[in-house]
Amino acid sequence: MATLTLNSPGTTARSPWAGFALRRTWRLVVSLAALVTAAFAMIHLIPGDPVRTALGTTADPALIAARRHSLGLDQPLLKQYGDFVGHLLHGRLGDSIGAQMPVSEIISSRLPATLQIAVPAFVLILLLAIPVGMTAAVLTKDGRRRRGELAFTGVTGFLGAVPEFLLAVGLIAAFAVAWPVFPVASRGGMDSYVLPVLALTVVPAATLSRIVRVETLRVLGEDYMRTARAKRLPARLRYLRHALPNLLTSSLTLGGLLFSSLLAGTVLVENVFAWPGLGTTIVQAITEKDYPLVQGVVLVYGAAALLITFAVDVAVAVADPQSTVRGS
Amino acid sequence: MPHQDQDTSLRHRLGRTLRTPIGVTALTACLLVVLVAVFGPVLLGDQAARIDTDAINRGSSAAHLLGTDQLGRDIAARVVVATRLTLRLTLLAAVIGVGGGLLLGVAPAVVGRRLGRLITATVGVLVAFPGLLFLLFLATIFGVGSTGAVFAVGLAMVPPMARLVQNLTASIAGSDYVAAARILGVGRFKLVVRHLLPNIAEPSVLFATQAAGGILVAFSGLSFLGLGVQPPEYDWGRLLNEQLNRIYVNPVAALAPGAAVVLTGLMFGLVGEVLAQAGGRRAPQAREATPQQVKPQDETAPDGDGGALVRARDLRVTFPGGRRAVRGISLSIGVGEAVGLVGESGSGKSLTALALADLVPHPGRVCAGTLRFDGHDLRADPRLGTELAMVFQDPMASLNPALRVGRQLAEVAEVHLGATRAQATARAVDRLGAVRIPLPERRARQRPHEYSGGMRQRAVIAMGLMGEPKLIVADEPTTALDVAVQQQVLDLLAEVRADSGAALLLISHDLAVVAQVCERVLVMYGGLIVEDLPVAQLVGGAAHPYTRALVGAVPTMATDPGTELATIPGRPPEPGEAGAGCPFAPRCERARKRCHDDAPELAGFGPGQRVACWYPVDAETAVAPAQAASHGAEATS
Repeated sequence: MATLTLNSPGTTARSPWAGFALRRTWRLVVSLAALVTAAFAMIHLIPGDPVRTALGTTADPALIAARRHSLGLDQPLLKQYGDFVGHLLHGRLGDSIGAQMPVSEIISSRLPATLQIAVPAFVLILLLAIPVGMTAAVLTKDGRRRRGELAFTGVTGFLGAVPEFLLAVGLIAAFAVAWPVFPVASRGGMDSYVLPVLALTVVPAATLSRIVRVETLRVLGEDYMRTARAKRLPARLRYLRHALPNLLTSSLTLGGLLFSSLLAGTVLVENVFAWPGLGTTIVQAITEKDYPLVQGVVLVYGAAALLITFAVDVAVAVADPQSTVRGS
Repeated sequence: MPHQDQDTSLRHRLGRTLRTPIGVTALTACLLVVLVAVFGPVLLGDQAARIDTDAINRGSSAAHLLGTDQLGRDIAARVVVATRLTLRLTLLAAVIGVGGGLLLGVAPAVVGRRLGRLITATVGVLVAFPGLLFLLFLATIFGVGSTGAVFAVGLAMVPPMARLVQNLTASIAGSDYVAAARILGVGRFKLVVRHLLPNIAEPSVLFATQAAGGILVAFSGLSFLGLGVQPPEYDWGRLLNEQLNRIYVNPVAALAPGAAVVLTGLMFGLVGEVLAQAGGRRAPQAREATPQQVKPQDETAPDGDGGALVRARDLRVTFPGGRRAVRGISLSIGVGEAVGLVGESGSGKSLTALALADLVPHPGRVCAGTLRFDGHDLRADPRLGTELAMVFQDPMASLNPALRVGRQLAEVAEVHLGATRAQATARAVDRLGAVRIPLPERRARQRPHEYSGGMRQRAVIAMGLMGEPKLIVADEPTTALDVAVQQQVLDLLAEVRADSGAALLLISHDLAVVAQVCERVLVMYGGLIVEDLPVAQLVGGAAHPYTRALVGAVPTMATDPGTELATIPGRPPEPGEAGAGCPFAPRCERARKRCHDDAPELAGFGPGQRVACWYPVDAETAVAPAQAASHGAEATS
């Protein structure tokens, strides 16, 4: 494994680090600002009066006026924006129109269910894709085993092309209906987690293992792998100690987008399994035109995606300072 | 115009690709989907809409292949009929996505600089968000329903498409003919239509096809969530939405629309693949020629003493297709001896070194009559890493960037000498000190990127010193370094040799370096050793015309800066094209008929000197090398 230590002070690589941190943090801040602004603008971009749309055309005008006031929609736009950002900094996201309770409360009660399938899926993707991709690379390097290579790219290519929610339906049909080992839907015991996590894992794992294979092949052709052979190191050390850290950094860079889309993938998978997480919440909120709730969930998902990308970038930079810091 | 050439050849290539199995499959799948979309609603529309209250929620049967839904409608017919709406909405969204992407992508190249930057930055921020999140955001704004979904899905595709187009136009907008058009005062609109669009059309179409599969999936997802197509209309996603809660009763009814989405998605993928192949964006599978049988070539064993450290006889390195990079050479290196191996690039000198260490890259193959090292057969009993140390050309690449330098040294002791981790680390620090790396303890904890080039090469040498090296093979160890650092590394090699008593095989194209460090020189040409001589003989005593020419091509301090440097006319032979005669004959001004027909063997010439030449140069008949070279061209014709 790559050791995750920063340079001791006084070394030559100090200034590129500062530059990298500054650039990357700036990009995160700009993206977060764009996200907040977009979430704020959403309610104003909806054609017509959002409150009237939400409450229906037959709603009492007095009620509409009261709700408009409670949402702050009767204030000047700039003041509304200021209030929105101000409240956000205090963790207040307004009240849900439908449920009549704070959006932050709904989110904090639903978020754990989403994380409980997203985090295991994330871990499982890494645990599956890296060994599978590396093994495939080692077995097919230098044009060996052409058929094995075709089988690998064929299978992973197909799995990578199947959308998560359709895979989820297929998994239910196979493992909950035809061969009932797992429950069909909803959250319950440990066994109810298996299919949702699997549905989230398979597609990104297939795609990532292809990336890992290509990256492994690249690393195996590097000069330092020849040096490792010149030291007559056993294959285990050559692959695990010398190749793995180098392909991890590049694979993670390419796989970074995969992880943020994993979070979005939970939306569909949760709806297939009637999973009580944020994904079912946002779909329900959109259908019921509960705009403050949609705003809140969009903010959570968007911020999570940005933070994951940021974390991956930083992790890669720490593990492989040479290429990343100089490059970006 | 460059794009017109591309167009005709693209059409040609497309025709060819369509005749391959993958092309036929893609074309068939396309036709099938289009036929179903056109005729499905006509033929099965009534059946799909017929409400049958006697057959509600039936399972699969002969009358209803996939069963019936809550109103008794035939699900199989509904899946077929839904093809048209699904495809229509997918294509509509694709048109919005591609159009918007092109507009935003080309814009930075034609609008003002500041506005262009703003657009680029906005697209950059937008692509950072997952597509589905953007999709849900747009779906909220446009509201639930088909029209809103088409806009949402289409607009969600705009940022990635715009990013691609931006990258493409940025490279084209900087090209000469666009600059020329600008200078000629071609209007912005014309510039886009005439110059930019045709040149980005091919990759854009490719991307759009592949994105169409994504759009189909996204649209189905949206309809499945209940945010897309609303009843009584239905697409595949909507059907899935309606049938999912009955999956326990009738799983095929839920699986069928899903399978339709996957298969159609694969079709888009196939079409994209065909376009990519036609556009030459996929490298054709390299076909490897079967290795040709190499005919044995007789070569007498060297008359080296029995105490030689390295003895190689009839060493060959071959590549598939019959390319012989090293064509059966014999060499020996004495204990503690410093031998230089010189030659032009492609002469086989580096491969000879790698063959000794069994590091020849795939698909090269090494075979040898004898390959002995310190009394052992190297192939059965490798001494690499402990007694045989390697130093490579590019120190920037030969150390692992992810591992600390100390660790990379220490593992040799751990693996081969049975040292504990602490012992190994202590030895690594000691060895780093031995190659004059200052503050070795601190340096051992650093990673290679914190080292300078010269220091990295020292670290590689120190790596070889972790064991007890008897031979150091250094392949162009100074070529990649600054001139000032080169001398330090050479001095270090000499010092290490003096301390450890190790022999040295120094591979170099630089005669001056070899003359400085080595005692004996082997000259390689066309995969063969053409001369073996003591360093002292190099100037004035070389017998092979090639060695003479090589020496003549080296400037010395005594060379008058005004005189033109001698060059060797012609080029060295490619590994595949070696003929029957002497490999140097085509470039040799002394060559006669025999040289072109028969290959001379390495034979004794003087004390400690061997040469492979029918007409070696001796001191009396010697012509000035520069003169020889200038006549070389005539000799070949």
